[in-house]
Amino acid sequence: MTQTRQWIHAWLLLLPAFVFLLAFTHVPAITTLINSLYTTPRGRRPARWAGIENYQTLIDDPVFWKVLGNNIWFAIGTIPASIVIALAMALWVNQKLWGRSALRMAYFTPTVLPMIAVANIWLFFYTPGFGLFDQITGLFGLGHSNILGQTDTALVGVMVVTIWKEAGFFMIFYLAALQTIPPSLIEAARIEGAGPWTIFRRVTFPLLMPTTLFIGVNAVVNAFRMVDHIFILTAGGPDNASSLLLFYIYEVAFRFWDTAYAATLTVVLLVLLGMLALGQFFLFDRKVHYK
Amino acid sequence: MPTLTFKAAAAALTLAAAPALADVDLQFYFPVAVGGAAANTIEELTDAYIAQTDGVNIEAIYAGSYQDTVAKALTAARGGNAPQLSVILSVDMYTLYDEDLIHDFDSFATTDEDKAWLKSFYPSFMENSMIDGVTYGIPFQRSTPVLYWNKEAFKAAGLDPETPPATWDEMKSFAEQLTAKDDNGNTTQWGVRIPSSGFPYWLFQGLTTANGAILVSEDGTKTDFANPKVVEALEYLVSLSQDGVMAPGIIEWGATPKAFFEGQTAMMWTSTGNLTNVRKNAPFDFGVAMLPARERRGAPTGGGNFYLFKGSSEEETKAAFDFIKWISQPEQAAKWSIATGYVAPSPATWDSDEMKAYTADFPPALVARDQLEFAVAELSTYENQRVTRIFNDALHAAITGEKSAADALAEAQEKADAVLKAYR
Repeated sequence: MTQTRQWIHAWLLLLPAFVFLLAFTHVPAITTLINSLYTTPRGRRPARWAGIENYQTLIDDPVFWKVLGNNIWFAIGTIPASIVIALAMALWVNQKLWGRSALRMAYFTPTVLPMIAVANIWLFFYTPGFGLFDQITGLFGLGHSNILGQTDTALVGVMVVTIWKEAGFFMIFYLAALQTIPPSLIEAARIEGAGPWTIFRRVTFPLLMPTTLFIGVNAVVNAFRMVDHIFILTAGGPDNASSLLLFYIYEVAFRFWDTAYAATLTVVLLVLLGMLALGQFFLFDRKVHYK
Repeated sequence: MPTLTFKAAAAALTLAAAPALADVDLQFYFPVAVGGAAANTIEELTDAYIAQTDGVNIEAIYAGSYQDTVAKALTAARGGNAPQLSVILSVDMYTLYDEDLIHDFDSFATTDEDKAWLKSFYPSFMENSMIDGVTYGIPFQRSTPVLYWNKEAFKAAGLDPETPPATWDEMKSFAEQLTAKDDNGNTTQWGVRIPSSGFPYWLFQGLTTANGAILVSEDGTKTDFANPKVVEALEYLVSLSQDGVMAPGIIEWGATPKAFFEGQTAMMWTSTGNLTNVRKNAPFDFGVAMLPARERRGAPTGGGNFYLFKGSSEEETKAAFDFIKWISQPEQAAKWSIATGYVAPSPATWDSDEMKAYTADFPPALVARDQLEFAVAELSTYENQRVTRIFNDALHAAITGEKSAADALAEAQEKADAVLKAYR
């Protein structure tokens, strides 16, 4: 009797979270999967069963492969860079410095700003001719640049904005983690005669591993999720050189109104993210030292 | 708000004894694509209409860019909550029609007066507003690209400041003279600027039309991207950058007027919708000219039309129809055209006293109207956004030097065929 009651209690307590998870995560995911198996309904032509037709289109779609490749480069370019910069900034502002609070705030500011605002600021920086960068390089007698307007540099331009935006956010986590490391460990290492580099490599960094895992997961998710700035900076151009998977999904769904194909692309994104998350937790997890 | 209070008071006075008449509430989505007073002017006009008309309330909702507006209207319509009327790009007509979301205007134009009104607009604007002879859009914020030139820069380069280039060859040779370099060999002033970000196909149509090519069949189902004349036009565009008279790479549309004001380019191509902006902000004497000719003069039209959405009661749709009719009358259209620089869509508007006074004071406003004679429909197909995107990608590929003009366009034609096959 008491056991049944406990079960009911447990389920009742879980119910609110469960309902929301179901309504906003699981049901949409399944609907997406179903939609990807039909054609797009148009006002004058209802949807019909398409089977794997949409997936065949996807395999033949050069833009899909292009944006997937872009996304992988984007991940490679932004994730390690923003983590390393975040760690360096955190170590720097964790010391006793004059104006430490101001410095911490300055590093954190990009995170507080909305991405659209950030993108508009950077759009001005990049503007050929009278943008900030060209005004600075102009002082040294260099000509106009057109970073966002060339196929080989547009994605790099977008990546720089992302790193600038993300590093400050990750720094906060590292900073919090650094402050939980007991000073006695560092002191003990110092008594043993360890130099600063050895202390970092043998003591500080291993203790930061749980945080690094957390940040790593976040960074990977963000690499596939943060596309707000692309709308402002390049709109995916030139010739899809700076388009990412999610941005392409938006375009297919809300510009081309091909909702079935957008659902197909979304399924691919879901599978991809699912695999990455699993991989990270199972492979990476073993190397993490938890207290 | 004052109009609302006034209306409420008036209603209370006149209908004190009678049961209150139900007001018709309309939703009106509008986009703003150029800087300046566009949004305020639309709201002023709407308020004026509400004040003078009994029983109609119109909520004018600013819906963002053209892209945002069509996305919002489509989303609302799919949710069964469509606005009664909206201004949306004229080129999205086939998409809206294909989604079965819009009414035609002919079935509401029952009186002779209404029928005459449907015929009162410039034919080149109606090309993008009709399907099989039936009217689905009413021209409102319509534009056409024009060439702006900096008279002071012309003078400094030894050119006649009153003579703009009339042909492609002239534009290029003028641009060569106008391109200025500093001691380090860096260009400080480009000859010409044809922006290519976002929607390059539109200005590019100013080149293809002049070269005698029409990009799409009249029924919007067959494109002609691989036409040698289109290839030639793209090669000309690419040559401007290659020969150093235009900045290389993709050129930002939004920063173009600013670059012109800063003297970084001596000539620019942009929408006539920027006319008032340039008039207010250019620190030098400027001129406005038709786009240069090749085989002929030519330019696309552009901009937005009014659409009537399905999904509301007959009464509401009729009220929306009446409002559209009212706002496109010469008096209102003149106000709108003067505030923004958009081309007034009917000859009657240009004959109104207000418009005559304005053009007497500021003759460049007439250039866009005179160019209409040579104008063709803006590229518009079924699945328009997707097909223009294919075309834009091809233009970008050629401009950035990834592909040759011929290859890029042949590929685009193939992709467009694959999309449009289903509609033939």
